[in-house]
Formats: sequence, structure tokens, C-alpha cells
Amino acid sequence: MSDPFGRPPETTDLPDPAVQLMTEEPEAMGPPATDLPDFSGPLTPSGHLRRRQLISRLAEVGQTTAALLAVAVLGIVVYSVAERGASVLSLGFLTKDPPLLAGSAGGGIAPAIVGTAVIMALATAIAMPIGILTALYLTEFAGRWSGRAFRLILDLLNGLPTIVVGLFVFGLLVVGHHQSGFAGSFALAIIMLPLIARATQEVLLLVPVGLREAADALGVSHWRTVRGVVLPTARGGILTATVLAVARGAGETAPLILLSSIFANTVSANPFGQALPNIPVYIFTASESAEANGFSRAWGAAFVLLVFILLASIVGRTLSRRSTLSR
Amino acid sequence: MRPPDPSDTADPGAPNVRPRVRINTAPQPAEASRLAPNGSPAETASRGIATRAQQRSARTVGREAIFDVQDLAVSYGGAQAIAGVTLQIHRNLITAIIGPSGCGKSTFLRSLNRMNDSVPGFRLAGKILYHGHDLYDGAVDRVEVRRRIGMVFQKPNPFPKSIYDNIAWAPRNLKMKDGLDERVERALRAAALWDEVKDRLNQSALGLSGGQQQRLCIARAIAIEPDVLLLDEPASALDPIATTLIEELMQTLKNRYTIVIVTHNMQQAARVAERTAFFSLDVSAGRRTGVLVEYDDTEVMFTQPTDRRTSDYVTGRFG
Repeated sequence: MSDPFGRPPETTDLPDPAVQLMTEEPEAMGPPATDLPDFSGPLTPSGHLRRRQLISRLAEVGQTTAALLAVAVLGIVVYSVAERGASVLSLGFLTKDPPLLAGSAGGGIAPAIVGTAVIMALATAIAMPIGILTALYLTEFAGRWSGRAFRLILDLLNGLPTIVVGLFVFGLLVVGHHQSGFAGSFALAIIMLPLIARATQEVLLLVPVGLREAADALGVSHWRTVRGVVLPTARGGILTATVLAVARGAGETAPLILLSSIFANTVSANPFGQALPNIPVYIFTASESAEANGFSRAWGAAFVLLVFILLASIVGRTLSRRSTLSR
Repeated sequence: MRPPDPSDTADPGAPNVRPRVRINTAPQPAEASRLAPNGSPAETASRGIATRAQQRSARTVGREAIFDVQDLAVSYGGAQAIAGVTLQIHRNLITAIIGPSGCGKSTFLRSLNRMNDSVPGFRLAGKILYHGHDLYDGAVDRVEVRRRIGMVFQKPNPFPKSIYDNIAWAPRNLKMKDGLDERVERALRAAALWDEVKDRLNQSALGLSGGQQQRLCIARAIAIEPDVLLLDEPASALDPIATTLIEELMQTLKNRYTIVIVTHNMQQAARVAERTAFFSLDVSAGRRTGVLVEYDDTEVMFTQPTDRRTSDYVTGRFG
């Protein structure tokens, strides 16, 4: 074409196609609409709209009620535990051994608090590195099929009844030996592992592809890329995942009844020698006692556990929000 | 349609080919050395490996071909992205890859340092020789490939670390710890960023502007002193002033590095590149495959392209 700008040649001698259309008969535009509503009427609901709006409002009320009920359950539980447990709470309750006779007043739950702390620390020390490495395998190294299989297995593990985990560890570590805090930690680690792995995996997937590519393009080996760029970027999220898993594991009772329930009520921090006192089992046994004083100590212990778990969850969520914001 | 073989279309004896200035001035290989800035015996020797079309360019005479791409074809999970790409990329020149969206420019570029390896379903046929070594040979380690062939991406992607650590991270990991401070300064100076950041090296790189971030990424890439820099639309997310800075930067960097740049922006290719390759989509047989249409000196590509598709594209008629 001779036109240097590549424009199509102009066709001024032909009639404009738009003009042609306008001059044709109106039938060509389709049949005329017959029952159009009166567009000039007032803008109030008409026809079925009234009924549909009523249904819509009913549905809204139902949904709001359900949501409020769900929240109310938490409120009622927290309130009733606080009402009965807070009155028991004192510095002595947190620092003293329980009285020798379950029926007598006074005393505290110090052995259970220390025991739970030791068991949870050990469980986290086992579950966190394995969970993070599992998540790294899933996001960085696994192929499509192995990744899918591992995710499925982790989800199955997550759904495993905790009493079954407890039984398994009972057969593995307690039968032929004796109960121990370590056995409890081991079971709790199995319960926490899929939580940490899956939550960490979600966080690792949020690390921008561009960052990985940038690191890869610098001729640095993949593991160093993971260690130097991927993990630091996801640090906040991984911490959140761990804290939430700890909050979940701290309240687990079933495995501990099997694995760490026959204990002397004195403070001990050795998880290998004997069963460690711990809060969930203490609540379980004390609430079974027929004595009013033991009963109120159970409420007090429940309150301590609840406060710890709520605080851990709130801290975890705050951390996760902050780490999302920083990205 | 297949991409025209440069040696066919550029043959002065072939009919139906629009004559080009370069053909008239240098029709015979023996005369090519006269066009070179200084005709040395080394240049004459290097002609043996160059194709005839490339010999005619004064730019490439006597320059070592860093990349020798032979009949490259790339597919992702069965979908052919590019096919039949044959070209050479020469030392210390800026080579631009232009073409419409989806024609495989980035695929081609990412094949040059094996960044596509991690894309699921990636398959490659043909050969890419880098200094004579087959890049996709089984014994080749892609980490070593990327150590020598750096890359800067379309979107600035600094690490969420300090400015200093962004530059120093790779040298630290590559055991180049001696004189790290000097290395960081050198890289930042080479990327024309030093004066802007020298007082806040310990602040987060995420606080820099987009243009500064992209220059930081260039500094990061050259801190490990690679052989080649691949730039994948490095200025497409930047404003005109930042773009100008990056383009000026490329002119100084080419003395030290071989640069391949993918760009959407034809004016940018015309401004910065000595050599330009035009990729386009071949839509015959119901498939859309990226092909190399034409590859020549930039002025030739923009003023006297051989292929109709090139002239359509550079005059803005399509794409």
C-alpha cells in the first residue's frame, strides 16, 4: 500500500452502511415489544418484588441468628468457665502443689502448668521442624503427583481421632515401659504436625513467584534460595501456624489420659522419667472427684487453660495479620 | 508458514527479494572484513561459523557468538510456544527481541538461562549453544548456567531485605565474600543507583520507587559479574524518566556484558539495540506458534525489512 501510515483506503463513494440500515423498514429490527412495564411509574416495589424481598429478609434473619448462636456458644463457654474458675484463681493457685487430699481446700496446679509447658515445648520441638520441612518439600521439591498424595495423607492425618493417635503411641512407647511426658509429647507432635505443615504450606505458596525467580536467576542453589529468601519472607506466617497448632495441642486430653496420667502431684520437668502432670488430665481427674474443692480447682485449671489458648490464638492471628501486611 | 531462512532470503542472487543497502555494499563474504572497524585475521577466521546473512552485518563481524541457537522449538504441555528459531547472539551487543504479545519472546529469553525448566510440561527441541556448550546437555547444571547468565524481570522484584543485603546476598552465597562492601558499591554505581541510596543502604529495598527497584535488580544481577544479562521487558512497568535511565544504563553496561532484551516497545528497541530479532505468530494449520521472522541490524529492521510481516509490525500496521 502506498499510504505510509498503513491506513485503509477511504471509500467515500459508497453510501454509509449505518445510513442504509436506518432507511430500511422497521420490521427488520425485530417484532415490536408489546407488554413493556410503565417506566414512568413511581419507583416503589411492584409485582413479585414484594414477596421476593420478604423471603430475602427472612433468609438474612436466619443467617444472622445462626452466626450469633455460633458466637454465643463461645461466649457462654468462656463466661461459665470464667465465672466458676476465676474465683479460684490466685497467685497460690498458679504456684502451689495441690493438697494431698483432693477434698481439702487451698493448694494449686503448679505441677500441671509446668508439665503442660514441658510437654508442649517438647511436642513443638518435634513437630515444628518436621512440619516446616514437610511444607518445604510440598511447595519446593515435590512433583505434581507426589505433592497431591502427600497433601491428601496430611489431611487424613489431620482428621485422625486423637484417641487413636494416643493408642498408637501407647503401644509404641508405654507398653512394656511406663507412662512418660515424652510419650504425651510424641502423640501431641503427631497431632500438631499436619496442622503446622499445611498452614506453613499455605504461607509458602503466598511467597511471590517473582522472588523465587529472582533468587534462582542469581545462580544460587535452590536450598540457599529457600533458606535465604523463601523462609525469611514466610517467617511470620510460619510462626502463626506454629502458635495456632500449639493452642490446639495444649488442650488435647485423650492421648494424655493414656500416656501421661498416673503422676505424683509435685512439680517435675523431666519428661522421660515418669508421667508428667498436665492441665487437661488434671481437669479430667479433678472434675470426677466428688469433693467441692477438687471440683472448683478443676474449674480454675480449665480457666487457666482457656486463657492460655485464647491468648495464643489471638497472638497467632495478630502475627499473621502483621506478616500479611508487611508483604 | 515457516520462518524464512536468513541465508535464503538474504541471498543477493535469489529472485523476489527486495535488495537491501547492506547487500549492495557487501555482497560477498570476502568483502565483509572491509566493513569491520579493523579487519584482523581473527575476524576472517570467525566467518567460518557465521551464516552468510550475519556476515553482512558490520556489527557482528569479528564478534564471538555467545549464543548459537539452532532450530529451537519449545512447547508447554503439548502447546507449541516457539518453533524453528535459529539465530546467533554476539558478544557485547544489545540484541532486542520484539514482536506482538504471545509470540514467544519471553519463552525464548527464558530458554537462554533455563528459567523455563521449572514450568510444568516444558519441553525443548533443537539446540542452544552457549560458548559452544549445549545448554540443555545432561551434564549441565542450571544453577551454574544462571551464575553466568543473569536475568532481570518485567516486574521489579527486590527481596524483602535491606538494599545492601539485596546486592550482597548472591555474592555471599557464591563465596565472593572478599571486598563485599566494594562489590556492592561497584554494582550500585554500575546501575547508576549509588548516589541515590548510599546513605540508606540498611533500609528496606521495598521503600524504593519502582524505577529504583528495577535498577536495584540490575545491580543485583551484575553484582555476581555474569557473562550475559537477559532483560525481560525491564522498563514496561516504569515511567518514561525511569525508562530513560534504564536505557542509558544499558548503553554503559554493554561494554562489559552481552545484553539480550525483550521489549514490547519498538521505539525502545530502535533506541537501544544494535541487533533486533522480530518474532511473530504463525497461525497456519490452526495452531499459534511463535516463529522468528527476521533478524538483522536494528536500522535495517526498521527501515528496510525484508519480510512483509516485519514492515507491517514496525510501521504499526498490526500487533
